Amino acid sequence: MSGVRVLVGTRKGAFLLTSDGKRQKWDVSGPHFAGWEIYHMKGSPVDPNRIFVSQTSSWFGQVIQRSDDGGKTWFQPGTPAGEPTTTPDGMPKGESNKFVYDTTGAPLTTHQWYDGTQHPWEFKRVWHVEPCTKNPDHVYAGVEDAALFESRNGGQTWQELPSLRLAEGSKWAPGAGGMGLHTILLDPNDTKRIFIAISSAGAFRTIDGGKSWKPINKGLHSQYIPDPDAEVGHCVHRIAMHPKKPNTLFMQKHWDVLRTDNAGDQWREVSGNLPTDFGFCIDVHAHEPETIYVVPIKSDSEHFPLEGKLRVFRSKTGGNEWEALTKGLPQANCYVNVLRDAMCVDQVDDCGIYFGTTGGQVYCSPNGGGSWTPIVEHLPAVLSVEVQTLK
Amino acid sequence: MIRVVLPHHLRTLARVDGDVELDVAAPVSIGAILDAVEARFPMLRGTIREHETGKRRPLLRFYVCEEDWSYEALDKELPTVIAEGMEPFFIIGSIAGG
Repeated sequence: MSGVRVLVGTRKGAFLLTSDGKRQKWDVSGPHFAGWEIYHMKGSPVDPNRIFVSQTSSWFGQVIQRSDDGGKTWFQPGTPAGEPTTTPDGMPKGESNKFVYDTTGAPLTTHQWYDGTQHPWEFKRVWHVEPCTKNPDHVYAGVEDAALFESRNGGQTWQELPSLRLAEGSKWAPGAGGMGLHTILLDPNDTKRIFIAISSAGAFRTIDGGKSWKPINKGLHSQYIPDPDAEVGHCVHRIAMHPKKPNTLFMQKHWDVLRTDNAGDQWREVSGNLPTDFGFCIDVHAHEPETIYVVPIKSDSEHFPLEGKLRVFRSKTGGNEWEALTKGLPQANCYVNVLRDAMCVDQVDDCGIYFGTTGGQVYCSPNGGGSWTPIVEHLPAVLSVEVQTLK
Repeated sequence: MIRVVLPHHLRTLARVDGDVELDVAAPVSIGAILDAVEARFPMLRGTIREHETGKRRPLLRFYVCEEDWSYEALDKELPTVIAEGMEPFFIIGSIAGG
């Protein structure tokens, strides 16, 4: 094990944090793409030097960046078919930034707006990139307004998997942060089985590579929507999977922490003794499929930790029984948030847990949550944290 | 030679410093300038106007001789001072804090 590389997306650029397997001393690189919102960045499991980045701006739209050298240099991978890959001056071309809904595969209808009226579907940004576990050129992108895209040429061009919108898309609604497809889980044993989650629509599953989709929200109960047990419309914040148990998923919903053991056919609440079960992130220990982590947030109206104490909660029993992990974390006057894509785990033998805050801290626990140390403390608000375990 | 002033972030994306100078055949219009900008800097496709619709992105404005031309027809001919490069064509991002 030679080390880890933590990929941090923030409101004002990207940062790369690298360390050896001890995870005590860190090198910080950045800001990359300074001034832009970096919603997410993630490395290919097949080729760790290949990193995909969603660089976005309300002013200037969506840009996809890629590195093939572990983040030393970046380029936009796209170019129109049949044309040179660069301009005569050596500039990379911009086709990779083009996300166009497939209206032939599924009509572009409307979705529900905050006031209950119907609203046109409009592309805004890429929330999440998910490289395939088998092929470094195959990558998925979850976008706002919610849809799933894929690229089979390393991010040069993107095509929507449109049938997802047929899963009652007109009933989907944006959460406060927008109607983003924020979670993409790929079954490592079955490339045709994918789980995704959308705010505020819920979780969905395909078993045929995206040709058809099924809402998987049975057991979710949301008192803040007209039908608390509706098939779609739940504000799922995050789902997580351990690759060795792909039928078991864990969910942090707007309120409630839940699990399923049959790939989403039925969920049950496992909030147990959590002091509050509102939150955004959830993740699973790399080597213990029943050990899970959440960061409880006070409420949907007050997005900060309860009592000003930043606490990660760990369950070693797959839910219900939770313990607070506080060593090294601020236990007074802390009012940051931890967003849905801002927690991850590494594959080191003593599993490392990482999370970033809206206050600009990125914390690492090199011992499964036993103690925490800030790697950096003054970044812009952290939107996403991913880690690569380098061999 | 037409002169175009890009916002900071688009200059970074296009890897240029200062004004951009472009050859644009007469009649010079906003649409012709944007075509030339995107041809010269393909990575800016979609950042000024949307990919499919060609609509100006809502937080950007076009200024000509200190006047807002954002809502003028894209094929409307621009003043001679722009066409001859005496005054630059401005693409401006809306101001926001944070």
